[in-house]
Formats: sequence, C-alpha cells, structure tokens
Amino acid sequence: MTDIVKKTAAETAAAIAAGEVSAVEVAEAHLDRIAKVDDRINAFLHVDAEGALAAARAVDAKRAAGEKLGPLAGVPLALKDLFTTHNVPTTCGSKILEGWLPPYDATVTRRLREADVVILGKSNMDEFAMGSSTENSAYGPTRNPWDLDRIPGGSGGGSAAALASFQAPLAIGTDTGGSIRQPGAVTGTVGVKPTYGGVSRYGMVAFSSSLDQGGPCARTVLDAALLHEAIAGHDPLDSTSIDAPVPAVVEAAKLGATQGIAGMRVGVVKQFAGEGYQAGVVQRFQESVELLRSLGAEVVEIDAPSFDFALPAYYLIAPSECSSNLARFDAMRYGLRVGDDGNHSAEEVTALTREAGFGAEVKRRIMLGTYALSSGYYDAYYGQAQKVRTLIIRDFEAAFTQVDVLVSPTTPTTAFKIGERADDPMAMYLADLCTIPTNLAGNAGMSLPCGLAPEDGLPVGLQILAPAMADDRLYRVGAALEAALLEQWGRPILDLAPAL
Amino acid sequence: MSAITREEVAHLARLSRLELSEAELDHFAEQLDAIVGAVARVSELPTEDVPPTSHALPMTNVFRQDVVRPAGTPVLDRAEVLAQAPAAEDDRFRVPRILGED
Repeated sequence: MTDIVKKTAAETAAAIAAGEVSAVEVAEAHLDRIAKVDDRINAFLHVDAEGALAAARAVDAKRAAGEKLGPLAGVPLALKDLFTTHNVPTTCGSKILEGWLPPYDATVTRRLREADVVILGKSNMDEFAMGSSTENSAYGPTRNPWDLDRIPGGSGGGSAAALASFQAPLAIGTDTGGSIRQPGAVTGTVGVKPTYGGVSRYGMVAFSSSLDQGGPCARTVLDAALLHEAIAGHDPLDSTSIDAPVPAVVEAAKLGATQGIAGMRVGVVKQFAGEGYQAGVVQRFQESVELLRSLGAEVVEIDAPSFDFALPAYYLIAPSECSSNLARFDAMRYGLRVGDDGNHSAEEVTALTREAGFGAEVKRRIMLGTYALSSGYYDAYYGQAQKVRTLIIRDFEAAFTQVDVLVSPTTPTTAFKIGERADDPMAMYLADLCTIPTNLAGNAGMSLPCGLAPEDGLPVGLQILAPAMADDRLYRVGAALEAALLEQWGRPILDLAPAL
Repeated sequence: MSAITREEVAHLARLSRLELSEAELDHFAEQLDAIVGAVARVSELPTEDVPPTSHALPMTNVFRQDVVRPAGTPVLDRAEVLAQAPAAEDDRFRVPRILGED
C-alpha cells in the first residue's frame, strides 16, 4: 500500500496545494488501490476512473495557473449511490434503476465538484438505503475490511468500507435511522448525520423524507468537518433546507483537538444500555465516558423514557413515508420496465416491474407502510407513532437543558456475520436502536471509533448527539475524544485492521 | 391488534402494485405479522393530549420569485430525460395502454 492512500484528507489537500504530489497522482494511487482490493470488499458499484482523472487534472491545472485551491481540492471521495450524478450510473443499490444515467447532479454532487473534490465512483448500499448491513444491495454485499465474513453496517456500508480499506479518504453517506453512524461504528471510521435540513436533499433519492439526511464520512473528525462544510448550507431546490449559516464545524474540530472540552456537560442516556448490548461495547463506551470526565467534562445521567419506543415508532413512520416515495417507480419514465408486450395494461406493467425490480426488504417496507397508513389502522399505527415522535422530541429538549451533548454506544454490538440476521427483519432493526431517536427529532449525531471490543477485536463506535443546528458541538467533543484516544493508542485504530 | 394473514398481504401487495409470487405471500405474511406485532408497542405509551409530529422542522411553504433563472441553474434536458425512459415516442414517454382495459 502506498503512503498516499493512508493520508488523511487534510494532509492530502495540503500536499497537493504545496506541490508535493499532484492530484492526478493521488487519484491514480486510489484507483490502483480500488483495483487491488475491491474485488474482495465490493465497496464500489461503479468506478468512474475517467471522471476522477479529469477532475484531478483540472485541479493540477488550477494550481499550475496559480489559482487558490479549496481545502479539499484534489481529495478523492466515494459517493453513496443514492445521489444522482449526471451521466454516471446511479442505482440506489436496486435492480429497478440498473443502467439509469441521471440527467442531473444532486446538489451534494454539484457542491463536491465545485469544491474540486475528486469523485472516484459510487458506493454500495442497501437497496434504497433500507437496511443495516448492505446485504440488501441487489449487487451483492459489501464486506467489512476488519473481517471479510462480517457486515460493514448499512445502509452506507460501501462508503464506510471504502474508508476503512483505504480506497478513499472521504465518503458521502445518508442517514435515515443510522445509515451513516452505524457503518462508521462497525468499521472504525467517523460518520456524521448533520441536523435535518443542514445538507440539501435535492437529487438524493428519497426513502423517508422527514428523516433522510446526507452527511460526511471520513477517517478523522477534522476530515469529516472539512467535508461537512463543503456540502452543507441552504439550497433553494430543497424546501426543507435550513436558511441559516452552517455551524462552524471545522473551527470546532480544531478547538476540540487543541483546547479540549473542560466544563462541557455530557449526558449518558439511561435507556441506551441493558439487554442486547455486547459486553465489550459497553466496556469501551464506559471507558470513553471516564476519559471525557478526565478531560474536564461534567457527566450527568439522563432519563429519556420515550426512547424505548423510538424503534417501533421509526418502523411505522419510515415505511409509511417509503411506501409513498417509492410509488414513483412506476416503470413509465425511467428505470426497468417488465411485461410491456402489448398484453398488459400500464398498471399491470407497473406491478410486474416492481415485483421484478425491488428486493425483499423494500417490498416488506412498502407493504408495512401501506398497512400502517390504511384506513382503520392509521390512528393506531402511523398516528400513534407521530405522537411518540413528539414525546421523543420533548425528551431531547429536556435533556439539552441539562447537558450540551448526549453520548451512547452507536450500535449495541460489533459487526455481525454476513447472513446472520438476513432473514430476521426484527433482529436486523435492532442495530439502529441508539441512532434512530436523533432522526425522529431532527437533531445532529456523530459516531467515532472508541476502541476494539476485547472479545472479538472489532471496532466499537461512540455516538455523540447534539441539538439541531449545534453540529459544532459534535466536532468539539469528537475531536477532543479522538485526540485523547490517539494518545492512548499511539496510532490510528485502522492501523490495527488486517492488511488486505 | 389483528394478525397479518396471507389474504391481507395479497391485499397490501395489490395496493402497493407488487405482483407477489405465491411463495412470497406466505413468507411476507409471517414476517409482517412479527414486525406489526413488535411495532404495535407504540400504543403502550400514554399519548392523550400529545399532538402528532409529522416533521421535526417547522414547515412553511417556500416561494420563489417568478423570474427567469440564471444560467447554470439545473434544468433537465428533454432529449436526455427521454433517452433514459423505458420507451419514448414523438418527444413523449410511451406507456402501455391505460384505457379500454378488459
């Protein structure tokens, strides 16, 4: 492995700006790495070598012309296949969109291009972002670089695995119930779900519109902050985009690493513990809480009784919204069409196409949502879930009057084996137990590695939660904890992963 | 709460425009029944006088000025869009018959 692919995004950008390495050399090193390892990982659904090299050449030309380069100019990135890319395949991990070439760029895609980020390709994911293991991809599962028999989390397993296997220093994910944070946790990488409305959803194929949020994935907290600032901010093309300044997350990450967190109040949520939590996960989490205390944080226990009902509320709200959003796949305007032989009506063609084009989890969720929204059941299911959502928001509000941030394990266990929960939806859904409440409340959350579980040697993630539009607090606390852990370990956690 | 039967799944599949196979009907009936049983827990929480939340952000309608958009604003190209359609004819999407069924 070359040194180039092991560098952080900040280091790579600085080296390119200083002329120590060209953007083309950086892109080529990463494309070589992909060619060498991705047949074993399956992090990418599509590698756009030509597009990546063209973008890299443009960065080198800018530098040669004496133009000032942005903070991520020339840095390679894996883009989750849920974001449209003009003329570059976008499948959302589904057969129903196989071969589709979008006629436009998502706002996130456009902003990455404007920041001179080099998009290497599209990363694998659970179909339409529904899943916690990337096993629901129609194009085969992604494997966890720590153990190829294990899942890399999901739905953004491709993005997280690309980072952990040094195929890209940056990636973009989307988080509806934990799809950025849980893959981050089980791969030993950093993932952030920004405040709902913080990053534009234009061109991000919709799963559950009131919960979906795009965000940054990286190997360090500072790199995540740099990417966060590149993609965040108001977008008139998204009616839910917040029209306010982006929280100063890069400054917060730098402050956390240098000034620490003395005097900050950190809440430990009582509900995120107990049955189902792996001993080694709990151990690393508790050690991290003690470390935060030793850094000068005041640790407070928080009681949020409604959080026990977040998982059932989520699995009514998200499928309900998904059943409506995925109605767009009607075989008429784009994507797959099956049964158009002159003998079937448009409605029959739609049903035949959706049957052939959607995988089992997508079908389950569409039908579950249809059930929860149907007359006679609406009040008991969808309506009741919306009321639980109100109680969850109230519990967060009460908590944030007492503390600046909340912390918990990101997910109750380390990476499980591929196939272990594949046909047991409820067991799969438990992976999102700690991440879901934040999505329901629209708040911000981060996962960062806090050690390896002693019993299996696999990464454990620590989750930090902050109020809406206080994303900077995640980075302040995350960077402080990251610096303290790095001092203990003496090297980045990914140095401990087996060589590929 | 009522259990999800095979007939119920067939009904949901029709509403969802999914032409499920016989084997899928059995499989999904079992799984959806387990999921609905688990999510029904939301009814255990007392919610009298609690208003529902459909969206975490305060939602307001968003208007824009009725002006010509500046160059560079994303606009879909008709030819490019139709090139991605399953079938197109005369600058339009071609669809299977929608009238005179049966």
